[in-house]
Amino acid sequence: MPTFVGMTRSMRRAATPWLMLAPALAAAAILVLLPVLDTLWLSLHDVILFRPRSRPFVGLANYARALSDPVFWESLGNSLVWVICAVSLQFALGFATALLLNRSFAWRGVARALVVVPWALPSVIIGLIWTWMLDFNLGVLNNIGVLLGILPHSVPWLAQSSTAMAGVIVAVVWQGFPFFAVTLLAGLQAISGELYEAASIDGAGAWGKFRHITLPGLAGVIATALLLRMIWVANSLDLILVMTGGGPGTATQTLPLHAFLTAWSGGNYGQGSALAVLLTLLLLGVVVTYVWRSREE
Amino acid sequence: MTPPGIRRLLGTELPIVVILGFALLPWVWMMLSSIRPDAELTHSPIALWPHQLTLIHHVELLQRTSFAQNLRDSLIVACGAVTLGLTLALPAAYAFSRFRFRGRNWLRTQFLVINMFPVVMLILPLFVLMRDFGLLDTYFALIAGHATFTLPFAIWLLTSYVDGIPQELDQAAMIDGATRMQAMLLVVLPLAMPGVVAVGIYLFITSWNEYLFALMMTGRNVRTVTVALQLFIGENQIQWGLLMAGGTLVALPATILFLFAQRRLVGGLTGGAVKG
Repeated sequence: MPTFVGMTRSMRRAATPWLMLAPALAAAAILVLLPVLDTLWLSLHDVILFRPRSRPFVGLANYARALSDPVFWESLGNSLVWVICAVSLQFALGFATALLLNRSFAWRGVARALVVVPWALPSVIIGLIWTWMLDFNLGVLNNIGVLLGILPHSVPWLAQSSTAMAGVIVAVVWQGFPFFAVTLLAGLQAISGELYEAASIDGAGAWGKFRHITLPGLAGVIATALLLRMIWVANSLDLILVMTGGGPGTATQTLPLHAFLTAWSGGNYGQGSALAVLLTLLLLGVVVTYVWRSREE
Repeated sequence: MTPPGIRRLLGTELPIVVILGFALLPWVWMMLSSIRPDAELTHSPIALWPHQLTLIHHVELLQRTSFAQNLRDSLIVACGAVTLGLTLALPAAYAFSRFRFRGRNWLRTQFLVINMFPVVMLILPLFVLMRDFGLLDTYFALIAGHATFTLPFAIWLLTSYVDGIPQELDQAAMIDGATRMQAMLLVVLPLAMPGVVAVGIYLFITSWNEYLFALMMTGRNVRTVTVALQLFIGENQIQWGLLMAGGTLVALPATILFLFAQRRLVGGLTGGAVKG
């Protein structure tokens, strides 16, 4: 029966990719889809961890409470400062590094390999190193600052509200600039050398080449890298959690940290989930832009 | 030295040295702090140059604290995360690469989007879920939690590696009588091995370094190094020597593995698969 055999074979062909995808899809459904739906459910209920039997439906009360809480708006403001400062500084330093590493010098390979070192470290250790270096009494940076005359006296960087945000931003810039350096360097190396030669023949200077060849050639990579980084920095909370715990007061409490602490220390999973959903909604625009761009390519 | 040589030195090499100093000196300071005696570490202002070196912090860390056990827990979890991630991702990546089916692009994009979900969005319900099922404080809970990011990384990166292996090879094997599974495991997998190893190393590092899931999912029985280190701070006086010794022992394997694998991962950077 040739038709029958043909049918089963084509059906089997159609089923094969789905069978191969099945384990990954099942895992993603259980570990990601289910939790996301669960967060939505939790956010509509009054869920206090120590009271597991009673989880009454409260509608949008958690959201209303979150939005009327001044801490929410403070955390949102902190998040904006955190994302804008961290990403722009990481980008500036990473871009400069990439441009320098794109030139030729004898030990370029070694330099390129070593510059990624901060990226490999756990956030906890990055937090510990910088807490140690920024310490009021024993921090080496205070010591050097005073020795060089930059600081009149030791500064309790992470212990006072006015400087704590600067302290955690320095640490996240250290952690994140290698990402930009490596990505942008790969982008630079994809730009054809002939373009630069042609520009030289036409009498273009270094600035002209940068402005008319490098920047346009790199625009796509820059946009992608900035979008990705914004998403990650906006979501990340472990570095701040380790260094200041959001303090002093709420000086370094960003939105994801606010959501996490509300649930973890406060035990209020309903409220924490509502905050997590609000964060996701705020980031949705950036994520959609990124995905739309990556599908265009 | 010739004028262009001097220009290169001042315009390129010197700035690079400054940037490398910024990148490496905090690491060096951690390592240096771990081998100085407490007398030097508690003296304010701290001397830049050590007068005496000692391994006392490392010895104390491994003998008097549970750190050796924490290292073992971290190793088990990271190996579990690599195994789970690669086992689930390899057939999925093969399917994405070799078959054209409805919803393929949409599904691939979904795996990329998973990576961008705020971790709090996943971690809070997973904690409640694991708690309700009595799975907290087990290796399984943490390995499953880490799969939320290792799986999408692995699928995205492996798909591009498998794409780089010509389809004709598995077709030839199947004409010779091999099944799909055999073609994948015996023809494609060996050729994709360098990529698989790089992905495996990357998964290992991300799991080894992870803090938030480890903080929430583990407790007395299972405690990874990142959580253990953070707990040292909780006590009244911070023992910086001990902390820096622990930091060095945790950072060293991650750094070496990362240096080893990073070249092969660059392609996944702009795709968004490799988290920075």
